[in-house]
Amino acid sequence: MENIPEDKRHIKGWGVDIDPKNDPTYPMKHRTNEEHKGYSWERPSLQPVNIEVLHSNERPNVTAVFGTSTPPSGLSGMIRRYAFKHSENSYLHWLPLLLADRVNVVEGIVDDFKQGHVPNIFAEKGMKADWKHDKAGLFQKVAITALVTTAAVLILTGKHKELAKKF
Amino acid sequence: MLAMNYRGPRRVRIDNKPMPEILHPEDAIVRVTRSCVCGSDLHLYNGNVPDTRVGMTFGHEFTGEIVEVGSEVTKVKVGDNVLVPFNIACGKCAFCKQKLFGNCHESNSQATAVGGIFGYSHTAGGYDGGQAEYVRVPYANVGPTVIPEGMHPDDAVMLTDVVPTGYQAAEMGGIQPGDTVVVFGAGPVGIMAAKCAWLFGAGRVIIIDHVEYRLEFARNYAQCEAYNFRSLEDPVVFIKKTTDWMGADVCIDAVGAEAAGNAMQTITGRKLLLQAGSATALHWAINAVKKGGIVSVVGVYGPTDNLVPIGNVVNKGLTIRANQASVKRLLPRLIEHVQNGILDPKALITHHFALEEVADAYHIFSDKLDECIKPVLVPPSAQ
Ligand SMILES: NC(=O)c1ccc[n+]([C@@H]2O[C@H](COP(=O)([O-])OP(=O)(O)OC[C@H]3O[C@@H](n4cnc5c(N)ncnc54)[C@H](O)[C@@H]3O)[C@@H](O)[C@H]2O)c1
Ligand SMILES: [Zn+2]
Ligand SMILES: [Zn+2]
Repeated sequence: MENIPEDKRHIKGWGVDIDPKNDPTYPMKHRTNEEHKGYSWERPSLQPVNIEVLHSNERPNVTAVFGTSTPPSGLSGMIRRYAFKHSENSYLHWLPLLLADRVNVVEGIVDDFKQGHVPNIFAEKGMKADWKHDKAGLFQKVAITALVTTAAVLILTGKHKELAKKF
Repeated sequence: MLAMNYRGPRRVRIDNKPMPEILHPEDAIVRVTRSCVCGSDLHLYNGNVPDTRVGMTFGHEFTGEIVEVGSEVTKVKVGDNVLVPFNIACGKCAFCKQKLFGNCHESNSQATAVGGIFGYSHTAGGYDGGQAEYVRVPYANVGPTVIPEGMHPDDAVMLTDVVPTGYQAAEMGGIQPGDTVVVFGAGPVGIMAAKCAWLFGAGRVIIIDHVEYRLEFARNYAQCEAYNFRSLEDPVVFIKKTTDWMGADVCIDAVGAEAAGNAMQTITGRKLLLQAGSATALHWAINAVKKGGIVSVVGVYGPTDNLVPIGNVVNKGLTIRANQASVKRLLPRLIEHVQNGILDPKALITHHFALEEVADAYHIFSDKLDECIKPVLVPPSAQ
């Protein structure tokens, strides 16, 4: 029992009811209590950090390996950097990240256009599959979109009063 | 190379991306042969996971051939056909050493509350995933497992996530012989959990969903009872009644954040994102389990909060057990089960799509069209 804290043994009754079988983590965890020694394991080789990696402030460092997909950039990147000033325990971490994700979508469309690529949103949404497997659903979507767009156009062009008169 | 490219909520496409490179001595590059779309991908697809960046490639359930290895890779070699667990795990940290391979401390810089996962947003490490022709696989001495000779490739790819997750869902339930087990969710994970509940000696297995074709599939595949919650006035009362008013011994949440069935949960969890997804199934699980019972959660939720009746957990004396599946820990046993015909995971795969059809695959799986249970993407080089 290497995990008995020497300096606690003077406490009367310390450990009299230890029951190693009472382990709700079994069999998920093969308990060795390594983590009682803290962050002290021999770390794997470290992946060189040559892109911007944001890391949680609930840990001291970047992990030994990390993903290199899409480093933070632009306005969304600025929001993400702000988010990482706050811990995972805080809404100020997660809500800005969700906001950054939405900003990032607009940046993505701008990027597409900059590269001369007009995004085919119909195809990206997989609506070809609707045509094949869910025509009724597709017609409903198209009808709703048409209705909303018409209403928006009418309102934006100031024709809503005429529209109102008609109903 | 061709790779899936996330453009925003419910918008994905195939694009040309640079080939992945070895960035760490324990890296391998894998030429993908199969890559599934998972219920977990739907949380990303719907834009509900914070720090899901535009341009990322998803995909955490894949098999492939090793085409390049870093200088420290000794356990696999170029030419090996491998299945790759969805967890990225170092094998050296205190958690990996205790077989918590889903909770590695050296694979996700962005969050301490989750280990690294392939293609699963920056909240799970920022790795590009396997819905591509090639993928970088870190810690290749730990995760990738050579596919046993003669194993069907569709079985192999299901061992990267669905089989271990379904199995661990049942395992965490601490099922004792004769127990009544209720599984919420008849997606691939729930169906596999129902099937595995028998392996632990369940006496009765019930699965709950609202998609009729999935219930029908579950009834046949997992030899269990299957009920549509839309036709039950209150699923919790139904479970109480059918267990002689005791409640189930074990309830499994295999739904997660995309749950339907309660308008308030759906609006606050899925539309307004005021909570970390809709917690309807977990809510039902807590209320439908008996006093002193066990709730096993594999359904995935976001990193903030959810509305669940925690007071009932206290007053009923419940045990809640949950985790990302520790795929590597379970693989030896599960490979055996597949080889002995105890589990037939490939039967869950209803759709094979060309990788180029990734947008349709997501849409069909997400909207449950064409009686889809589990879709797999096959890159052109593997067709
Ligand atoms: N913990 C892990 O390691 C792990 C691994 C893989 C998947 N998952 C999670 O498991 C869950 C299921 O994955 P999947 O691939 O089977 O997804 P899926 O989306 O195919 O299946 C979910 C099913 O739940 C049903 N459902 C919705 N609301 C329900 C409710 N209130 N009660 C009962 N059923 C309801 C849906 O109709 C659907 O059939 C997801 O949350 C996924 O993220 C976890
Ligand atoms: Zn998965
Ligand atoms: Zn580790």
